[in-house]
Amino acid sequence: MNLLAAVTIPDVAIFVLCAALSLAGAVGILLVKNPVHAALSLVMTLFGIAVAFIELQADFLAAVQIIVYAGAIVVLFLFVIMFLGVDKREDLSVEPIVGQRPTAVLLVVGLMASIIALGIIGHFEVGPLSQTAELTGGAGNVADLGRAVFTTYLFAFEATAGLLVIAVIGAVVLARKPDAPKSVELQEVGEQ
Amino acid sequence: MSIPLSWFIVLAVVLFGIGAFGVLVRRNVLIMFMCVELMLNAANLALVAFSRSLQDVGGEATVFFVLVVAAAEVVVGLGIVVAIFRRRQSAIADDLAEMGG
Repeated sequence: MNLLAAVTIPDVAIFVLCAALSLAGAVGILLVKNPVHAALSLVMTLFGIAVAFIELQADFLAAVQIIVYAGAIVVLFLFVIMFLGVDKREDLSVEPIVGQRPTAVLLVVGLMASIIALGIIGHFEVGPLSQTAELTGGAGNVADLGRAVFTTYLFAFEATAGLLVIAVIGAVVLARKPDAPKSVELQEVGEQ
Repeated sequence: MSIPLSWFIVLAVVLFGIGAFGVLVRRNVLIMFMCVELMLNAANLALVAFSRSLQDVGGEATVFFVLVVAAAEVVVGLGIVVAIFRRRQSAIADDLAEMGG
C-alpha cells in the first residue's frame, strides 16, 4: 500500500509546519482574551489547514480555504466584532458553572481518546479505491473535482445556490433594525 | 502521498478536540462561533486526508459543500448575534439565560 511508502524529509517538514501553525492558532483561540486576537488566531489555523490541503494535493480546496475562510468569513467576524464594539478583554478567570472546565477537559479527552482508539483498533481505511470517481494527483485534481461537482453532485450544487440565497435573506431580516420606536428599544422592554 | 493518513487524522482529532473544548468553556458567543469553525475545519481536514488516501473525489466534493454551508452558517449566526446584541447589549452566553423577551 502506498501509505507505507518512505516518508521524505520535505513532506515531514511541511506536515510539522502546518500542524504547528494550526495547533498554535487553535490554542490561541482558546487562550486569548480579546475577540480580535482570537479571529487572527483563527486565520493562522485556517492557513495551516490550507498548507495541509496542499500537502494532500487538494490545490483547489487550499485556494478556496484561503479565499472563503480567511478572506470572507474571518473578515465577517472582524466586521461584527468592530460593529458591536465587543473588542474588550474578557475575564477568563470566571468559571460560570462549578466544575465546568474539569468536566469539559474530561469530555474532550474522552472524545479524542475514543476516536484515536477506534482508529487503532479498527481498520478505518477499507473498501475499494475510487468509488465515486478517481482522484488523480497534481494539476488534474481540479478537473476531477469540477467533473464530480457538476455531474454526480449536481443536485447538491444547485441546492447550495438556494441555501446561499436563503442565508443572505435570513441575515438581512435578522440584522435589520426593528421598526419599534427608539425609546422602547433602549428600555429593553419586551417586544411589541 | 508520503505522509501516513494517520498523522492527518490525529491532527484533525486534536483540532476538533480543541474546538469542542472552546465551545464548552468560552463565554463569548463570537469566540464559541470561531471554535465551531475550527471543528468544521478539522472535519474537512479528515475528509481531504481520506479522499487522498482512497483516491476518491467524493471527500473533496464534500469539503467543497461543507465550505458553502459554513459560509451560510456564519452569515446567519452572526446575524443572530447582532440581533441578540441589540436587545441585550452583551455577547456573553451566560447573559442569555432567560428565553423570555
